[in-house]
Amino acid sequence: MTGTSSDARLITPTMIAAWLVLATVPLWISKVGLYPYIGVEILIWSIYALAFNLVLGVSGLPSFGHGAFFGIGAYAFGLTQFNVAANLWVCLIGATLAGAVAGLLVGLFIAHRRGIYFALLTIAFGQIFWTISVKSHSITGGEDGLLNIVRLPVNLGVVAFDISDNDSLYYFVLAVFAVVAVVLWRLVNSPYGRLLSAIRQSEVRTAHLGYNVWLYKLSIIVISAGFSGFAGGLFAMAQRSAFPDVMNLAQSGLVVMMTLVGGGLVSFWGPVIGVIVFLTARDVIGAMTNAWMLYFGTMFVLLVLFRPDGIAGAFKLLVERWKARGATPSLSSAPRSG
Amino acid sequence: MALVEAEGVHVRFGDRVVLEEINLSVNEGELHGIMGPNGAGKTTFFNTLTGRVKPNRGRIRLNGEDVAGLSPHAIARKGLARSFQIMTLFNDFTAQENVMVALPAYRARGFDVRRAVAGDASFSDEANEVLASVGLAGKAGISAKLLSYGERRALEIAVALAQRPRVLCLDEPTSGLGTDGTLRLAELIGSLKGKLTIVAVEHDMRFLFSLADRISVIHWGQVVARGTPRELQENAWVKRSNLGSFG
Ligand SMILES: Nc1ncnc2c1ncn2[C@@H]1O[C@H](COP(=O)(O)OP(=O)(O)O)[C@@H](O)[C@H]1O
Ligand SMILES: [Mg+2]
Repeated sequence: MTGTSSDARLITPTMIAAWLVLATVPLWISKVGLYPYIGVEILIWSIYALAFNLVLGVSGLPSFGHGAFFGIGAYAFGLTQFNVAANLWVCLIGATLAGAVAGLLVGLFIAHRRGIYFALLTIAFGQIFWTISVKSHSITGGEDGLLNIVRLPVNLGVVAFDISDNDSLYYFVLAVFAVVAVVLWRLVNSPYGRLLSAIRQSEVRTAHLGYNVWLYKLSIIVISAGFSGFAGGLFAMAQRSAFPDVMNLAQSGLVVMMTLVGGGLVSFWGPVIGVIVFLTARDVIGAMTNAWMLYFGTMFVLLVLFRPDGIAGAFKLLVERWKARGATPSLSSAPRSG
Repeated sequence: MALVEAEGVHVRFGDRVVLEEINLSVNEGELHGIMGPNGAGKTTFFNTLTGRVKPNRGRIRLNGEDVAGLSPHAIARKGLARSFQIMTLFNDFTAQENVMVALPAYRARGFDVRRAVAGDASFSDEANEVLASVGLAGKAGISAKLLSYGERRALEIAVALAQRPRVLCLDEPTSGLGTDGTLRLAELIGSLKGKLTIVAVEHDMRFLFSLADRISVIHWGQVVARGTPRELQENAWVKRSNLGSFG
């Protein structure tokens, strides 16, 4: 929203606070009874969910097949490592490019569609990519997956870090997450990002203002798919393998659920909140009962029914109420979004 | 010379003919009024002019160039802007942001991801100027959905004006406005007269007859009468129909 100073900033106080908290995670995560690897998972899925939200929350495009881009990135990371060069940067570029190219391919077919047709086509394309990954045994390893992917050293020219243990991997992924968050924050607050938001609000008006809406939609699908592929590449490295299951419909649905639960429709950080809540709930509730998805699913239904803005939306409302109590009512304390 | 020219424009949806044959020309700098009963096809004509609907037959020329069948964004880029009968604003944006995205300077940077919009004075100053010109000075920071009905109507026009168009098409701009609002709008449109070419669909007779240079009456998918306000008031067809009444 214009006027709020953080929109104009490259790095916001929220980011710095979040990074500082996240930097302490390896120090206490085991003490609260969680498995340390969950931190790595949360960061990678956060990158993925932020990338996904460029399409869903920012541009209003209902994509339900995003797992395909994540999965393609995962395979591309492994295949680049085996066939091109066992270099971390090369492999991550490979994963990003593969995601982006897949996004371009899908985007060319769907960027001119709207609403339910758009959604159905994303599902259909997701299923096509999933089927290909299962069937092309010689390339992807089929159901057995692509195994023996190595956590490659972080080579910065002068120094190289080993990230084969979970703690150093965590700090590497945290650094990457920080960079991606800065880039995407700037993107959504740039003329381009605000225009995507305009398209979400009124495609018709945006077109009559002289913007080629189709090209904007196509471009954000490609960018989102590229970052999703990048996240998939990190995931393959973290897991030391790539499997078709990250591409199936249920997994594609998970990122939608995380984004909505967190509040991706009203807040940039919503998807990250959703990922943290989801993955923590999986480990905490999952340790108590096998039916944890039942509980999470119920929570999702309740949230969508009563707080469609998600956790971030509920939080915003609380802050506004709290502010309104202290201040005399004025127009500037009216509900804002963005 | 005619800046906007429609020649034999025919539009049907399925087998329902909405525009039979529209012939209409608007001169540069003119304020051209369009009237006609509900469902006559006035909005459809605007949609055809602005690229939203492709005509099944006929030509639409803008400054001599045939633009029929071009996409809305291509036509907008040739200098044609429109407002909407059913308000089409960016409701999550502030008034200022609504206007900002319409500016040619913003459009030139539509793919720019390097700089933030917030705090960029090159957009906000010009946007505030446009807002002030429609009487919305001081409303810049307010979310479009929180503006009053009259303010939203004004913003609807401000967004079109921000495009710095050569031709401004207004679809029932006074729709839903009270006497005061209509008067203010008449003042605003009067102040724009001569500065750019305006085509205005309007059902408020007083409004149209006091402002327009020429008026075309659309009925049954055709222009059934045309002329200056004075000529039209004498027109037998207009007199017979209840369109000529100033109720
Ligand atoms: N996209 C469409 N599909 C089918 N019928 C339409 C469409 N748009 C308009 N119409 C019909 O065309 C007729 C003229 O509508 P419109 O142009 O909105 O009239 P006006 O603006 O003069 O009141 C109406 O009967 C309307 O139902
Ligand atoms: Mg109409």
